[in-house]
Amino acid sequence: MKNNNTNSRRKFLDKGLKLGLITAIGAVGLTKIASKLNAKTNEGSTGKMELMTTDGTIIEVDSSEVMEMDHSKKQQHEEAYDMREGMPNRKFVMVIDLAKCKNALKCQVACNKQHYITGDHAWLKVYKMQEDTDTAPYWMPTTCMHCDQPACVTVCPVDATFKRRDGLVLIDNERCIGCRFCMAACPYSTRVFNWSEPNQGDITMLMDMENQTEHNSAEFAGLPSIKGTVDKCDFCPHTIKNNELPHCVTACPNGVFYFGDKYEDTVTNGEETLRLSKLLADKHGYRLMEGLGTKPSVFYLPPVDRLVDFKEGLESFTDFKSVD
Amino acid sequence: MKNYDKLLHDLAPQKFGKKGVIWTISLVVLIVLGIIAYIDQIIRGQMVTNMNDYALWGVYISNFVFFVATSFVATVTVAVLRLTKNSWRTPIVRIAEIISVSAIIMAGITITIDMGRPDRLMNLFIHGRMQSPITWDVIIIPTYIMVSLLLLYFPLLPDFGLLKKYYEDKKPKLSKWYGKLSLNWTGSDNQKAIQLKSIHIIAILIIPVGFMLQTIDAWLFSTLYRVGWDSTNLGAYFISGASVAGVGALVCVVYVLQKAYKLDDYITDYHFDKLGKFLVLVCLIYLYFNLNEYLIPQLTSKKGATTHINVLFVGEYAPLFWFVTIGGLIIPVIVLLFKQGRKPLPMFLIGLLVVTGSWWKRYLIVTPTLLHPFLPIQGVPEEWRHYFPSLHEWAITIGTLAMALLIITILVRYVPIVPIQKTADEQEELELNKNIKS
Repeated sequence: MKNNNTNSRRKFLDKGLKLGLITAIGAVGLTKIASKLNAKTNEGSTGKMELMTTDGTIIEVDSSEVMEMDHSKKQQHEEAYDMREGMPNRKFVMVIDLAKCKNALKCQVACNKQHYITGDHAWLKVYKMQEDTDTAPYWMPTTCMHCDQPACVTVCPVDATFKRRDGLVLIDNERCIGCRFCMAACPYSTRVFNWSEPNQGDITMLMDMENQTEHNSAEFAGLPSIKGTVDKCDFCPHTIKNNELPHCVTACPNGVFYFGDKYEDTVTNGEETLRLSKLLADKHGYRLMEGLGTKPSVFYLPPVDRLVDFKEGLESFTDFKSVD
Repeated sequence: MKNYDKLLHDLAPQKFGKKGVIWTISLVVLIVLGIIAYIDQIIRGQMVTNMNDYALWGVYISNFVFFVATSFVATVTVAVLRLTKNSWRTPIVRIAEIISVSAIIMAGITITIDMGRPDRLMNLFIHGRMQSPITWDVIIIPTYIMVSLLLLYFPLLPDFGLLKKYYEDKKPKLSKWYGKLSLNWTGSDNQKAIQLKSIHIIAILIIPVGFMLQTIDAWLFSTLYRVGWDSTNLGAYFISGASVAGVGALVCVVYVLQKAYKLDDYITDYHFDKLGKFLVLVCLIYLYFNLNEYLIPQLTSKKGATTHINVLFVGEYAPLFWFVTIGGLIIPVIVLLFKQGRKPLPMFLIGLLVVTGSWWKRYLIVTPTLLHPFLPIQGVPEEWRHYFPSLHEWAITIGTLAMALLIITILVRYVPIVPIQKTADEQEELELNKNIKS
């Protein structure tokens, strides 16, 4: 009984396999015939074509044999720059040397001017910091931290604020619904809101000046700001693209700001170019509120061995008004 | 057979008297003022509010949280009292359901008032992302609106059927409407079985949905880093707070309707007594979570927490904080512990106190936290360190509150406040029991 059973099963398998093989061959054959038939119909309508081979000889081929290669399409696609993906293979970082800052506020003036923002809503702030009465005071400029774990991006309900591969956190103010959840989420209080129609002057003229054809302002110096949406420091993608430094870096008379690429491991303040990893290791670089786990792209060097007196900066410090 | 005549005469919706008309007109006036203010806000931008880059949320959000909290009343009274078989709930559940529907609809409307770009509302659906707590809110609020509407509607079917017959000669048009709404209710056993089952399913369903709604509302804050919001306590804190706001609102509305419609035979001192005890219970639970929220951080006294709590205990917001805590929680508990305190009039006054306290409580949850960010407030105008709503904000907020009351008023005008059929059934049962005993 048992033997019989297994035998019949074997036979069945054998037959099945053979049948499968035959159908497979048959199918391949059929498609071949079909494709040939197809090719023949094509032949009638097109002629011959001259092509150059890689070694330089000219050959003539049937134009029906010529097909577009896949990767040529892909290449085109790669060239089309995706604003939400950012610049390929870059990771922008900033280092702020607190030992050098004396609250000259040139960074803020330049930032406000270049981004057409008013003082009350300045993107870049210089804080008078003193953690405790027993510890030393110092000046601390803050930009957007462009966090690698950005709280603002997590809570945005419509993906209006987004994180790019090159490290930048930007805002698509054509999509923002103005719920201000990102502002509440940001522990660095870096975001500002356009409570009324932004006072930027003649927008069309300004946009012409910036050679901005697209309306989307995420990469264009905050132009135009839109009523009822959120703005913040954008790390100046419009200057980085031209291989220039952000406005605050170039404007600072004391070389406080260093800007660069983490993958290249270099940062520069316009005067000196340094190894990022060495700089952070040597000078004990740290990031603001590391404990929150936001992983900022902005590093700070502690205010040690200061070249300037803290009190000098007090002259230009006003409690209630930032520079316009 | 059952005698519905007296019941129908007492409980069928009545036309407004003189007071009712004045009340409705003044509500409409307040709403129109609110709408005018809102249109101005849309034209000029939220410049017309006193919000700024630091106090980035204001009275709109706290008012929204208040509405969400109040809408919890259907969950705590209808569903929970139903499951625990507390039969004293019969004459007040309909009112609770009406408040709930009105509050949750208004919550949906008020949240859009806070948006900078209400014209882009559709982006929430086009570009919506699941990781944002706002998207969770967008899902749960319409769900709760639907569930609470059904919870109001299903038990109404037999009453609509009765009203159809009642108005057949007097007002044929109205009778036709009630007939349509009653979905051909005949009162057959089959229909009754389906209706009972549906009510039971909805009454159970509204508990998890209500809990989710309150918790998501809490998570809008506790998913952020800010001191005062970043608390694991917040979900339970909001649920218990919502019970207080809801039952408080219920007490007020029940009292007003009892007086306005002379329902003394149906809503009696007994019901107020029970409601009073219930209010004490929810207040005590909320008090417990308040202790967790304020005293434990004060004990470990981390720097940020101490600053925040000092502002509440002794600083700028101390008067409001102690009004909300003592007036809105402790005094109600003490007064309602006495039998005399659970009489209708004192209950009404306590109810008003609780609702006012609950409204300001939301204000205290939203505003002081925003005014104490991690980095100091510097380099901005002096007035940005404080926040108090502007005239526009008050007009709009009062408009929304008036609109909530108007929804309640309209529903009360056309819907029997006390379930007629259920009352009749219970009366019959009572008679039956009496006969058996004698």
